[in-house]
Amino acid sequence: MKKNDVILLAALIVAALAGFGGVSLYSKLSTREPQAVAYLDGEEQGRYPLSEDTTVEIRQTDGSYNILQIQNGKAEITAASCPDKVCVNHRPVGGQGESLVCLPNKMVVEIENGEELGIDAGTR
Amino acid sequence: MAKKVAYMGMLTALAFVFSYIEFLLPINLGVPGIKLGLANLVVIVALYLLDVRWACSLSVVRILLVGLTFGNPASMIYSLAGGILSLVIMIIAKKGKLFSVMGVSILGGVFHNIGQIVVAVFVVETTSLLYYLPVLILSGTIAGVLIGILSAILIRHLKKAIQAEGTKCE
Repeated sequence: MKKNDVILLAALIVAALAGFGGVSLYSKLSTREPQAVAYLDGEEQGRYPLSEDTTVEIRQTDGSYNILQIQNGKAEITAASCPDKVCVNHRPVGGQGESLVCLPNKMVVEIENGEELGIDAGTR
Repeated sequence: MAKKVAYMGMLTALAFVFSYIEFLLPINLGVPGIKLGLANLVVIVALYLLDVRWACSLSVVRILLVGLTFGNPASMIYSLAGGILSLVIMIIAKKGKLFSVMGVSILGGVFHNIGQIVVAVFVVETTSLLYYLPVLILSGTIAGVLIGILSAILIRHLKKAIQAEGTKCE
């Protein structure tokens, strides 16, 4: 066994370990946490992770607003300027693809990377 | 020449049998494609005791035979990619005289795996297969070390045997 063999061996082991590190780092960065994404008139306004309790105001230029509250991993609209309050009366959402919609304000909150929803009920 | 052909036949049969043993006793470590590469032992011995051309044909003949008997066309493509890349790298490494049998064997093991994964990336068209690369580099290195140790011993003893036989013939 030559000295070069030892160098090669060490280099390969280092490369493999670096690769392991890189892969685990990359997968950590790319697995995204569940978050609520707010849209106004189809344009993305902000992303809010469901893991942090926050309250944000989604305000339009004309003064209309929706208050988005995130609590216990769920998102809900607690107050809004719209006349019908359909969005406020909607239950809190947290499942994959669920959404809160306020038609008068053209506001949509959508859950991304949320927990997959099971079936509520079935019949046969 | 006749003697070389005889050696060649013997070595091909040996490589074939080694491949069969690995086919019968797969090493299952959770990641597909990890194996010792016993057949590479024969290729390395051929590379050192015969010459480059013989080692090449030995390797290709073995892969074709194994592919036709225990494998399928798909597995044959993977083996061929791994085998040829590994052989080319080993030939270069041996010619460069930077490494001993050990280093050549390690490079062979690692590049066999790299060749296979590159083909797999093209076939499946997913670069996420490259996640396997670190595992395969490590397993190729370990297999290369083991095969390298065995090859060094074999080459040393076989060289003596061939030389002794050579003097007997004369």
